[in-house]
Amino acid sequence: MASFWTGYVWPTVVTVGEVIAVVVPLLLAIAYLTYAERKVLAFSQLRKGPNVVGPFGLLQPFADGLKLLVKETVVPSEANRVVFVIAPLLSFTLSLVAWAVIPFDAGVVVSNINVGVLYIFAISSLGVYGIILAGWASNSRYAFLGALRSAAQMVSYEVATGFVLVTVLLCAGSLNLSEIVEAQSHVWFAIPLLPMFVIFFISGLAETNRAPFDLVEGESEIVAGYFVEYSAMAFALFYLGEYGNMILMSAMTSVLFLGGWLAPFGVAPFIWVPGPIWFALKIAFVLFCFLWVRATFPRFRYDQLMRLGWKVFLPFSLIWLVLTSGVLVAAGWLPVR
Amino acid sequence: MAFLERGARSLLLSELLSGLVLTLRYMFKRPATVNYPFERGPLSTRFRGEHALRRYPNGEERCIACKLCEAICPALAITIEAEPREDGSRRTTRYDIDMTKCIYCGYCQEACPVDAIVEGPNFEFATETHEELLYDKEKLLANGDRWEAEIAKNLALDAPYR
Repeated sequence: MASFWTGYVWPTVVTVGEVIAVVVPLLLAIAYLTYAERKVLAFSQLRKGPNVVGPFGLLQPFADGLKLLVKETVVPSEANRVVFVIAPLLSFTLSLVAWAVIPFDAGVVVSNINVGVLYIFAISSLGVYGIILAGWASNSRYAFLGALRSAAQMVSYEVATGFVLVTVLLCAGSLNLSEIVEAQSHVWFAIPLLPMFVIFFISGLAETNRAPFDLVEGESEIVAGYFVEYSAMAFALFYLGEYGNMILMSAMTSVLFLGGWLAPFGVAPFIWVPGPIWFALKIAFVLFCFLWVRATFPRFRYDQLMRLGWKVFLPFSLIWLVLTSGVLVAAGWLPVR
Repeated sequence: MAFLERGARSLLLSELLSGLVLTLRYMFKRPATVNYPFERGPLSTRFRGEHALRRYPNGEERCIACKLCEAICPALAITIEAEPREDGSRRTTRYDIDMTKCIYCGYCQEACPVDAIVEGPNFEFATETHEELLYDKEKLLANGDRWEAEIAKNLALDAPYR
């Protein structure tokens, strides 16, 4: 009996506790990311943004959430019901699942696996299924076009992202995200690998289908893309998934290039601030850049998007990969573990 | 060497960055928002809002049923019926404006020889049904009584330009 409690029940309780400890702050962050997005866009357009619900409009995300909860979920009669319902769940779940390997501080991580980077890469590739299933199950032209665009776009940019990741891995000498952060204790990878950092950020915009690469949703052309037919909570799940992916992408950028939980300089006033706060600040900064870019640039044309992915980013990251490995070997800087 | 310059410009994302800087600068400017129900923008003295039928200071209605407004109304929104009153003066028995047909062109107030029909400064007269927007004489006279101060002030301010 004792082994039942210590062998099964206790680990389950611990795991559930860890999941809640990660997911609840994450959902709050997603809620306030929508608020932050509206505020940033508003201020860059000389508007005020939400300012009526609660002080400074701070309760707006909850009002929106409540509204979406009480609305009716409409399932189109031509839609494939089962897939139609599964797609948003998949999309949302996948954006949460990836957080299992993100380290918040030294040793503070749900699952400290040695192939963390590969895991993240696999999960973010799976994300395209939620979108393509939604587009297919809706049985609507706009949705289907959006889904096709999204599939092609995410696949194209994942290739370039892959090479960027390999350069980081060469410098860090590990696939474990915690060890990648530790490897940046002298200098953040954003400094020696600045071009890769920029490519990773831009590919991140494309992977999360954000402006200026939001052809998937392209309001002016295909209404809302893959989720045209969705309403109420199913729609909300897609939105949560999309914003969850944005936060995940920012977290990845922070871990790979901005030194994760490490303080900017290893000196007195900075190291007093605990690691998770630095990590959150870095995520917030990258997220601000996401919104800032959205406020500034118009949408890409589809052929420009493909050209940038295949003819610019892919060769460039490939060359940089060869260059990095060459320099590492020639100078004898290859990390040894 | 032109290709070098162009290449450097696109590789260093200089144009994209200058765009970003512009957006960032705008974020620190004062929002131009007017917080509408609590703050209001200025209104011109010539603002053409909700219609009103005015009265003379002694309480007598101005309208003499000449039907010029009905004739000029391009949307055919005005309907007037008239017959002589007991004292022999010419007055309307019916003066209706379909506010949902009206295009707020202001021709009626231009046509009126006695400044009876005017478009006042009120623009907040939304209703929940169509019928409520089919104004009759009673409603228009009530509007005139309600907005007389503002209407008279606007007419006086605008008089030098007429």
